[in-house]
Amino acid sequence: MKLTEENVRYVAGLANLTLSDQEIHQYTADLSGILSHMEKLNQLDTSHVEPMTQVLFAGQENDSLREDIEHTPLSNDVALANAPLAGAGYFKVPKVIER
Amino acid sequence: MNIAKLTIPAVRDGLLGKQFSAVELTTEALRFAQDENPKTNAYLTFSDQRALAAAARVDALIAAGQPLGPLAGVPIAVKDVIVTKDVKTTCASKILSNYLPPYDSTAVERLEAAGGILLGKANCDEFAMGSSNENSAFGPVRNPVALDRVPGGSSGGSAAAVVQGTAVVSLGSDTGGSIRQPASFCGCVGVTPTYGRVSRYGLVAFASSLDHIGPFSRNVADSATLLGAIAGRDPRDATSAARPVPDYAALLGDSVQGLKLGLPKEYFANLAPETGDRIMAGVEVLKKLGCEISEVSLPHTEYAIATYYILCTAELSANLSRFDGVRYGVRSPNSHTLADMYKNTRGEGFGAEVKRRIMLGSYVLSHGYYDAFYRKAQKVRRLLTEDFTRAFEHVDALITPVSPFPAFKIGEKVNDPIQMYLSDIYTITGSLAGVPCMSVPCGTTAEGLPVGMQILTNHFAEDVMFRLAHQFEKAGGFTA
Repeated sequence: MKLTEENVRYVAGLANLTLSDQEIHQYTADLSGILSHMEKLNQLDTSHVEPMTQVLFAGQENDSLREDIEHTPLSNDVALANAPLAGAGYFKVPKVIER
Repeated sequence: MNIAKLTIPAVRDGLLGKQFSAVELTTEALRFAQDENPKTNAYLTFSDQRALAAAARVDALIAAGQPLGPLAGVPIAVKDVIVTKDVKTTCASKILSNYLPPYDSTAVERLEAAGGILLGKANCDEFAMGSSNENSAFGPVRNPVALDRVPGGSSGGSAAAVVQGTAVVSLGSDTGGSIRQPASFCGCVGVTPTYGRVSRYGLVAFASSLDHIGPFSRNVADSATLLGAIAGRDPRDATSAARPVPDYAALLGDSVQGLKLGLPKEYFANLAPETGDRIMAGVEVLKKLGCEISEVSLPHTEYAIATYYILCTAELSANLSRFDGVRYGVRSPNSHTLADMYKNTRGEGFGAEVKRRIMLGSYVLSHGYYDAFYRKAQKVRRLLTEDFTRAFEHVDALITPVSPFPAFKIGEKVNDPIQMYLSDIYTITGSLAGVPCMSVPCGTTAEGLPVGMQILTNHFAEDVMFRLAHQFEKAGGFTA
């Protein structure tokens, strides 16, 4: 499978990644090689196989539910403590709306 | 006392016999680990204050004549993808280089509740992505057995610390082999329990359908004790299994006579000659213990790498979208719009392998490719899992190599992602099926490089796996 640099730039946009021209060039080659290996799966007929999303075990219906007990969440201060920029109890980001 | 050779029972005996207090042991363990660390770079952060406070609590219990937890006073390293309250947790990434978690992971909470001492945080591949520990933003870990070689990855620091003697036991995480492969490369025990056996609350998510937390140790019994202390249902992780946790350590002595072991023929095809020789010598030891050996087949093995790298990159591309410079971590200073801030933060903050995998995952999930790659891989995952289901109808455990070759040189595979991915061939299948699996030392090559034997059992049959490994270790004289 051969990707173009244009394909890779498009995917970088989807992934919210700023990449240098050098990185685009490198990933174009890397992804092409890896995806070619992945095409190996087409050797298998899976038309009658159900997709497997998780490892699941037999159990009680409510096993994955917790008791409905209230517990204290992180406080506003604690939740903001790691923010690169915060103020007035909020996370701050660069302006979104143009004037 | 030789601090580098301590075991969990030796710590307990020393404390109860008043040879040392927990604070004395912790002080000495911290000093030794900090002195030795430059050799391997196994630790990223030491948590002196927290360790000494925990040790003081153990000493208070002893003074009051109270019962001690199973890990009382034991110095432990925890991989830096497992969050620790107020102790820096970086995931070995520049993007989280300043992160101080506001809460503890369940695994760490439980090991401290059992009396364990968190010495510090272990180096690893960035966000647990890698097979050599060369992807850490804070420098590679060196293999303590051969310092010019990799310790394996991604939990390289957790394995190196245990083998170097700077922790008695450690915790790592495993998504496709990240516990077993470094254990085999460094020559210690490494255990990936059944999917859901240990809560992942507080494990920074990589590939949620594949992530596991598990122990490293210098002998099988210590891993059994550590797993027993951290396993079990956790209301904060809905995927954690609601099943009782057996006393693994107490069951180690039960006989293995008559256990049926399968050698999957697909796992012996492309081995380095010495690796194959060591494993077959190990199989002879198991035979002498009275196990019945037969050949079995896991026919879809050749599709495992492609399946795994589609599923894990798809999941990680979604999970790592949370690192955007808003709530935690390092924000790029050079952006004037929100969109540019996201892109620049991620472009500057993630390393090369993490970006490569985010790109791959975003591609296989993108419009027009979802069915061809992602859905296809989910279907093949079922076929791979059914291979195991069928095999375990006939045998109690599977015996395989962990890696096709022993530890390679630092830098040897760093420029060839496909070769690096292919080295995970024998560990990925167990991860996809969610079965318990472990690496147990199985001798060394002529050059002295460790070889690990993998034992896999059916879901929740950790007791059988530990029992086999323990008796194999004793009979073969393979304790690290």
